[in-house]
Amino acid sequence: MENILEVNDLHVSFETHRGEVKAVRGVNLTLQKGEALAIVGESGSGKSVTTRAIMGLLPKPAGRVKSGGVLFNERDLTKLSDKQMQRLRGSEISMIFQDPMTSLNPTMTIGKQIMEVIRRHQNVSRADAKNRAIELLGLVGIPNPEERIKQYPHQFSGGMRQRVIIAIALACNPHVLIADEPTTALDVTIQAQILDLMKDLQKKTNTSIILITHDLGVVANMAQRVAVMYGGKIIETGTVDEIFYEPKHPYTWGLLSSMPRVNSKNSELFAIPGTPPDLSNPPKGCPFAARCPHVMKVCTEVMPDYSAVSDTHQIACWLQDERAPKVEPPEEIQIGGDHE
Amino acid sequence: MVKAVEQEKLIEVKNLKKHFKVDGKATLQAVDGVSFHIYRGETFGLVGESGCGKSTTGRTLNRLYDATDGEVIFDGENVHGKKSSKQLKALNRKMQMIFQDPYASLNPRMAVEDIIAEGIDIHNLARNKREREEKVIELLETVGLSQQHASRYAHEFSGGQRQRIGIARALAVDPEFIIADEPISALDVSIQAQVVNLMQKLQRERGLTYLFIAHDLSMVKHISDRVGVMYLGKMAEVAESEELYGNPLHPYTQALLSAIPVPDPNFERNRERIILKGDVPSPVHPPSGCRFRTRCPLATEVCANVVPRWIEAGEDHWVACHVYDEEYNHNFKQKSI
Repeated sequence: MENILEVNDLHVSFETHRGEVKAVRGVNLTLQKGEALAIVGESGSGKSVTTRAIMGLLPKPAGRVKSGGVLFNERDLTKLSDKQMQRLRGSEISMIFQDPMTSLNPTMTIGKQIMEVIRRHQNVSRADAKNRAIELLGLVGIPNPEERIKQYPHQFSGGMRQRVIIAIALACNPHVLIADEPTTALDVTIQAQILDLMKDLQKKTNTSIILITHDLGVVANMAQRVAVMYGGKIIETGTVDEIFYEPKHPYTWGLLSSMPRVNSKNSELFAIPGTPPDLSNPPKGCPFAARCPHVMKVCTEVMPDYSAVSDTHQIACWLQDERAPKVEPPEEIQIGGDHE
Repeated sequence: MVKAVEQEKLIEVKNLKKHFKVDGKATLQAVDGVSFHIYRGETFGLVGESGCGKSTTGRTLNRLYDATDGEVIFDGENVHGKKSSKQLKALNRKMQMIFQDPYASLNPRMAVEDIIAEGIDIHNLARNKREREEKVIELLETVGLSQQHASRYAHEFSGGQRQRIGIARALAVDPEFIIADEPISALDVSIQAQVVNLMQKLQRERGLTYLFIAHDLSMVKHISDRVGVMYLGKMAEVAESEELYGNPLHPYTQALLSAIPVPDPNFERNRERIILKGDVPSPVHPPSGCRFRTRCPLATEVCANVVPRWIEAGEDHWVACHVYDEEYNHNFKQKSI
């Protein structure tokens, strides 16, 4: 498999009045051609900051890439000028945001907003751009695209607006699409429509997708690979099957078992006690140590290295060390894929 | 899980309507003739997509909104009847609310102890300052916080902790019934489980009755004894939660359940999903007949002409759909999707 995007030892910090917040602390990621990679984690885990760093969209001057790089098409994106990034954004790498209500300009027609992107990145006439806009709206499943391009965002429902945003993101046939919680603001029946659409478009265009979400159901539905983030680090990464059926990190266990399953009825949910670490003063060792039921002395002292259980499955946890005691994952998640 | 032994109805909602005037003229029928009941000690889950009227139903139940029509009977008392301010105050004490947004529902200028004790003060539940303080500390400990949190302000807490404060505030006046409107939607997954476990523990200890409003169907199934599904201001289906999820009758319930992504890749790869076409119509101009017919894969002519009746299709399993109505079901070749 060919890597289209590589994130190497990325560190991102924010200057705040309380001092430096180390939001991303050494993230390594690869995105392969045509795959959907999901980054999961709770708020503050660094998943959105990682992708904003890739896009060059960190809020300035507070946020900056402290070290590490993002390799795309033999270029390090963190070294590009603002101008170069502007040329790249929307054409080679696009992004879909969570909130379809605020990511469109309310004073411009939908058609104009799509054409703007096309004409900025491609040397085409107005008429061609308009035709392409109509074609794109049809592609994302909006009925009557010839009429709809003349309308404003408020005339669209939430689901339809998210379709428009997907159309804009795909306007220049990007190689990489970053979708930050693309369905979180939508109702379930609309979410099902949008996920279906994204999978369909991915097949047709062979775009690589980075999907950020906290919904493990969406991950199981969309992604081929998963990276689990916690406290600014990736603590486990693997194929969807590895993460869902053979998870190794206690945090991944906690995440999977704290979700109620439609087909099970336990009286009490598994809850991870405590709250995520404060990254203005990140813990010395494993970020999950303070909440981990299997914590050992070493965990609070030294961050574990990654160990690989397969070519695709890596874990940063001291339990993987041969000297560590054997720990079985909690019962709730030992489903082994035998869903009814 | 309290299976209400005597099945005493704590709340009975009869043909409840709440209409809002929009732009002076048009009427938005947010809730339009909803009937259901909640047994004492149970959790009734109310689900549906945005704009279906589930929150409005919750707020009309405790008279935050005045009902346009219909009745809410709480413990034998008509909630929307004529009341002196004293009677209303007594009723308010019994029905409390927990809100969705833990960031917006706590006053940022008040210390946590004053937020929690506001109800205690209003209803004169503490004889003196010391008793008030004791009560606040006890409440904080009940919801998993501690004494030292009492003097702090809301912004010093995380979302999950704020929701615990919201729960403590609701508990302060010793209510019988709590309306929880999307209490966990704004929280992270691992924190959601903490809050849900807390709510269930409190229910066991205090015999509380909950109306749990949410759009997360798997969480609703987990916490609820019975569940009602709303669509565009109408109740589509009500049943015990196992029954509703195992044997959904209304085509909308079937589609809704089929749309939930399950955290199981093999299941997701192999499932046939019912994908509904289009969006929810406007509640200002709802479709004639059955309101779901514009998106329903089974809809026939009768669905446009006749409003479905509320039928008991199985034991304590109610549905509003012509497919289950003996008078009309000959109109349908296909009975389910």
